[in-house]
Amino acid sequence: MELVADRTAAEDVLLFVNAAIASTGQREFHSDADAQQWSMEFLHEYMLVNYRDLYAATLTLGVNDRNAAAIIMRLLQSGRDASPEQRAVEGRLIAKALTELPTHRVYHLFTALRKARVNNRRTRAIMREWLAARPDPAFEAVKYRSAFLGAIRHAHMKVEDLPSEELEAFLFGWHAAGRFDTPQFETWRRAHFDRRAVFELPYTVAEGFAAKHRITRAEFLEKIAPQLTRGERLRLQRSAARFGAIGIAADVAGLSRMPLTRLAAYVLALPVEEREQRRLELTDALRAAARRVAGLRAGTWGRVAAVLDDSYSASGSSEKRRRPLVVALAAHFLLRELASAYHPLWLSGDADPIMARARGVTALGERILDGLEERPDLLVVVSDGWDNAPVGMAAEVLRVWEERLDSERKTAVAHLNPVFDAAGLQVRRLSPTTPTVGIRDAEDLPELVEFARFATGRTGIAELRAHIDSRVERWLTEETPCTA
Amino acid sequence: MHRLTFDGLQARPGQVWGGVRLVPLVRDEPILSLRLHPSGFPDDDPLGGYEPRCCYAPHGLTAEWTDDGTAVPALGTALRMPATTVHKSRRPKTRLERRTRVRFVPHQTALEAFLPLTFQGPTIAWREWSTRVYRRGLPRSEDPRHIGYDVEGLADALRVFEIHPGQCGVLVYIADALASAVVTPHPDDYRALHPTLVEDGFGELIWRYAHLYGEVPDFRPHFDESAIDTIADLRTAIDAAQGEWADFHENAMASGLLDAEYVFTGDYQMNQYTLRRFRPHFVPGREAHVGEAITDDDGRLAYLRTFRLSETQSRRGRLLRTLSDCDWNVEASAESMGIAAPVLVARIDAAGYGSLFRQDVLDHFRAMNARFAG
Repeated sequence: MELVADRTAAEDVLLFVNAAIASTGQREFHSDADAQQWSMEFLHEYMLVNYRDLYAATLTLGVNDRNAAAIIMRLLQSGRDASPEQRAVEGRLIAKALTELPTHRVYHLFTALRKARVNNRRTRAIMREWLAARPDPAFEAVKYRSAFLGAIRHAHMKVEDLPSEELEAFLFGWHAAGRFDTPQFETWRRAHFDRRAVFELPYTVAEGFAAKHRITRAEFLEKIAPQLTRGERLRLQRSAARFGAIGIAADVAGLSRMPLTRLAAYVLALPVEEREQRRLELTDALRAAARRVAGLRAGTWGRVAAVLDDSYSASGSSEKRRRPLVVALAAHFLLRELASAYHPLWLSGDADPIMARARGVTALGERILDGLEERPDLLVVVSDGWDNAPVGMAAEVLRVWEERLDSERKTAVAHLNPVFDAAGLQVRRLSPTTPTVGIRDAEDLPELVEFARFATGRTGIAELRAHIDSRVERWLTEETPCTA
Repeated sequence: MHRLTFDGLQARPGQVWGGVRLVPLVRDEPILSLRLHPSGFPDDDPLGGYEPRCCYAPHGLTAEWTDDGTAVPALGTALRMPATTVHKSRRPKTRLERRTRVRFVPHQTALEAFLPLTFQGPTIAWREWSTRVYRRGLPRSEDPRHIGYDVEGLADALRVFEIHPGQCGVLVYIADALASAVVTPHPDDYRALHPTLVEDGFGELIWRYAHLYGEVPDFRPHFDESAIDTIADLRTAIDAAQGEWADFHENAMASGLLDAEYVFTGDYQMNQYTLRRFRPHFVPGREAHVGEAITDDDGRLAYLRTFRLSETQSRRGRLLRTLSDCDWNVEASAESMGIAAPVLVARIDAAGYGSLFRQDVLDHFRAMNARFAG
């Protein structure tokens, strides 16, 4: 009886981790945003109530930013239910997780905490600690003005504690303050009446002022170009070209510095002709990015085959355009670097990854068999798991393969699923015995394949707990000592 | 030709979404000398097509073909020839020598228009029928019509459906009842038509099924693992599962469409292709599909579009067929159906065709029925 409970617990935790890695609460191909959010909320609540310490520990397992913020929010909301020891660990985990989250996510979280009226002592302390450790509060005060102000107020913080002059005047009385000595504040003040100052502000702030000064989009994009971050620059390239702002469009050198998955998304968003023209450049950039991710692990994985899903459902949704296909493409380049011998198999049978497009059916069964035929050391399947030609063929092939053709288990099979199935409350599995893990960014692929051994449904909670504990241990020892 | 066949077309595994099952049909080799394009009706021609009321229908379909068998450019860039021809059209004849284009009855009007169109009005002026019938023909019955958006789950099922490579058709099952079938000559045609399927009309029966039945089961393959020792065996098993499904589909699932005999009318021939309309024999208790088909000289199906009639509609069809078989003689029709004349009149009245009779005749029969019932 205990065994069953044990397994259930392990399954629950894995199910949550997979979902929290893959789901972003956005619309997917098969389910809409509401369903995704509702399902995720249910899983969060379930985990919090039943496995609180493991729930906090999932922050170390690479859950995506949205779910990390949701976990922190729930932990802070329900501090009363936790024991003092739990609270101590949680506090450290949260502090560490906040330093890893992107800045805007954290301000978003603080605003959410404020709206939900979560204002316990622990929350205030955590917010204060995070705010005090910011390297450039003046910049953030300008860029995230209202969220910053809200956070300061909500945390009952004294502005003087922050290492920045004039912050109080900037936040609470800039009308009466006159000129600032801090250049960022002064630029912001001048931008209210001086067109030229607008172009010295961060892009997101300047956008609002540009509307106020009735600056045309073309002029705005042309002049704001030096202030853009790398992500903004890449995102605006196409629309800038449309408006005739050449300053942004010409920048291609940035490609080689892009993270792998971002780069794959960028490549797949290009029109087919452009991909054809820039084939060499794009391939080189993708390979370089993959090499950076692989690092020392390059070439150590032995013979690897990959079944990559480019069926129509890989086109994602209007909110996550081509996301499953993007992950498949990035995984393709990464596995190529990791393996000593690599054999990619796209579902459509195409051999040209740069020209990949989402089309056709998901006939996983035959493709998996093609991959297994050469008996590789590892078979990776990157697919949303909607095996539909026919339904269940992949499961049947994998079952017979394991029972009859590879009883010594020489070939490891791992299924990476970039899509959370809201209706099934989990990432879709290929077969009961094949490990399935969620994936958000292809960069996490090596860790996830390692983690996949837990996802077969045969491990108990003790083993899993040991793994997670060691993860937490490792994560927290990297902890940066807090200044406050 | 009395039956429909899917020669040259193979069924691939169906995709299920809720109560909707879409079974793709894949063609061995696409037909290139006949292509379709959904150009609708030309703007300068508001009264073109089959009837004026077709103008606003979104499904005006047009077929074009070439003489030498070369491929017509794909949809969107298709040559637009000025020649238009419709069987028995009141428009002046086109001046072009060859007519290379034909229009279809739009789907929206098909369900209600099909039956009266295939059965013309009375040819002998029996005294029972009102003069209006001779002047205007059969009236259109106003059935509640349900377009695809109203059929629960169909829009989503079509949205998430993954089109097979080489797919030239689809069979739409709602709660595993065949609702309609579409076959096109070329995969690109199908790809272009796929999004429009949700605007098709469906009978009340299908609409009701979609509401009543939530889920249909998947057909999962199962292999006997003891018989599989090598990878080649596994491949054979996969192929066998594929063939098994195709056979099962043709013999069991689509049998209502394929096994039934049809009456083909309205031959319209051009080059090697023949356009026909077909209607069932209205056997009680059987599926009734009406539709249009284009076949080539070898009998190969190039285009097909069917609609499933609901029970009410097929009852009405049965009445019209009997009447037209007996030259609209009420006594003879009643005799051939094995019922009394007043009962037949009551049925015709219930089917919505009461206004065909002269008012005094109808009243007379109604009174007879009332007396009999009383």
